[in-house]
Amino acid sequence: MKQFLAFIRKEFYHVFRDSKTLLMLFGLPIVLIILFGFALTNEIKNSKIMVCDLAKDEASKALIDKLEANKNFQVAGLLANPNQAEAAFRKGDIKLVIIFPENFNEDLLHLKQAQVQIQADASDPNTANTLTNYATNIIRNYQQDLVLNNQAPLRIETSVRMIYNPELKGTTNFVPGVIALVLLLICVLMTSVSIVREKEKGTMEVLLVSPLNPIMVIIAKAVPYLMLSLINLTVVILLSIFLLKMPINGSIFLLFFESTLLIITALSLGLLISNSTDSQQQAMLLSLMGMLIPVMLFTGFLFPLENMPLPLQVISNLVPSKWYYIIAKAIMIKGLGITAIWKETLILIGMTLVLLTISIRKFKIRLA
Amino acid sequence: MDLNEKVITTHKLTKRFGDFVATNEITFDVYKGEIFGFLGANGAGKTTAMRMLCGLSTPSSGEASIAGYDIYKETEKVKAHIGYMSQKFSLYEDLTVMENIRLFGGIYGMSNAYIKSKSEALIQQLGMEKEVKKLVGSLPLGWKQKLAFSVAVFHEPKIVFLDEPTGGVDPITRRQFWDLIYEAADRGITIFVTTHYMDEAEYCNRISMMVDGYIKALDSPTRLKQQYSAETMDEVFFELARGAQRKGD
Repeated sequence: MKQFLAFIRKEFYHVFRDSKTLLMLFGLPIVLIILFGFALTNEIKNSKIMVCDLAKDEASKALIDKLEANKNFQVAGLLANPNQAEAAFRKGDIKLVIIFPENFNEDLLHLKQAQVQIQADASDPNTANTLTNYATNIIRNYQQDLVLNNQAPLRIETSVRMIYNPELKGTTNFVPGVIALVLLLICVLMTSVSIVREKEKGTMEVLLVSPLNPIMVIIAKAVPYLMLSLINLTVVILLSIFLLKMPINGSIFLLFFESTLLIITALSLGLLISNSTDSQQQAMLLSLMGMLIPVMLFTGFLFPLENMPLPLQVISNLVPSKWYYIIAKAIMIKGLGITAIWKETLILIGMTLVLLTISIRKFKIRLA
Repeated sequence: MDLNEKVITTHKLTKRFGDFVATNEITFDVYKGEIFGFLGANGAGKTTAMRMLCGLSTPSSGEASIAGYDIYKETEKVKAHIGYMSQKFSLYEDLTVMENIRLFGGIYGMSNAYIKSKSEALIQQLGMEKEVKKLVGSLPLGWKQKLAFSVAVFHEPKIVFLDEPTGGVDPITRRQFWDLIYEAADRGITIFVTTHYMDEAEYCNRISMMVDGYIKALDSPTRLKQQYSAETMDEVFFELARGAQRKGD
């Protein structure tokens, strides 16, 4: 145990003395979260929309004027028929179609309630969501004006239809994805490089000649990065809650447990990479190229997996972050407990065990 | 040197890599407190032999015991009783002098109090009082080598293996380095050293010359020179290595 502690202390010295590693370790997650957060939630100006005014009455005209006056929208044209909406979306530059039904004003005055339909091109779900919110706000403001002027309760209902991607997948869901990306990348990269560095510098031989058990060496290498990754995780989650207003509906303990599991998976992968390479550059390249692209592609937070061809969907099952993403989304967004995600958890545990077994085997073979 | 106590014995120790026989049935004994030089051209099999004795590599056949422990069955005990200094520099450059000493003391299971008192004595002996808190990477090469050797024998091993320890060091520092080696040998630590420098070979009690995986000669430098009627160890080395089939790698 004492040997073990002496070794872990040394690993911490390595991390804290290497300012570049430290910067990457703590800077990268923060930059990624902020970058993704604001890149995906920024205000959208001058979006082209189309209006289909079947009512052509006082109220609909007033609302169209308000939409046109708003800096977020630019009314690009009028549609004669709601069926033309799809064709307009297909051209690509129209983001929203607003449809006023016949007798809009009349319904409003006599029935005290009327409907407006907003159709949105949800192939870019974030934009679609933001734009519908803008439009709903404009309509709500108009409704309040009417209420004040007429001294009567009026209601304009908006019904929103998302075209192409009705569930709006990926809207605020990128946060669990970024957490998965950050944990996986940092852990794999750091562990693989730290072990290969010892091989490259020749200190690994000295360790192997010493009475330290090789498995202890591996574990001691992983412990500091596990602890640092947990700190990282905390920072990322705090940023998500307070900066990006991301709710965490489920148990935070469960989230930490599952994240620790992903970290251990990543550490095992890092060990495997370090046992298969001989130089720091090789290890870094393999970790970055081998991890970044599959994780970006196959986690599901940037590109929906359901839309991929079957072979790619099969491959995506091999990427640990895919399972973590499902788990984290279930906890953070849907607020589900372990009963809903035990299968994914088991898959992650299985992956970790396989990776650990292979890397420990490989490590021993290299001793002989 | 204590001729009554053998600390390394090998019998027909062999390592094959496929068809290639890196070391071929080498048999020798090393005595307690002896400085044993292990010489040979590049690729002669020195490093392979040394790796087997350190437990870094499993022999293909033959027997060997280190400090009385069998290298097949008692690797853990072997490891606890040897020290090692590799060809590459074997300390951590981003740790300070003291942190390196503490780390290796800790790895060999020494108590904190013992490490503390012993390291103070060591620092004084090396004259590095001012450098204790400096990163090892900032020290001159000669000092690093001396420190690396001192760390390798810090836990008082029975045997210390030095794999070309003085590569790239100037002659004066090399001489100082050998003073440390003599001192360790006087304390009863056996020194097993591989080297390319023939002047260093002269400092050894006995020398073994490896050629193409075999031990071609094994004796004290004086007697080897007599045997090959040579003036210097250089000539002995050329005489023996001339017939080598393997070229350096």
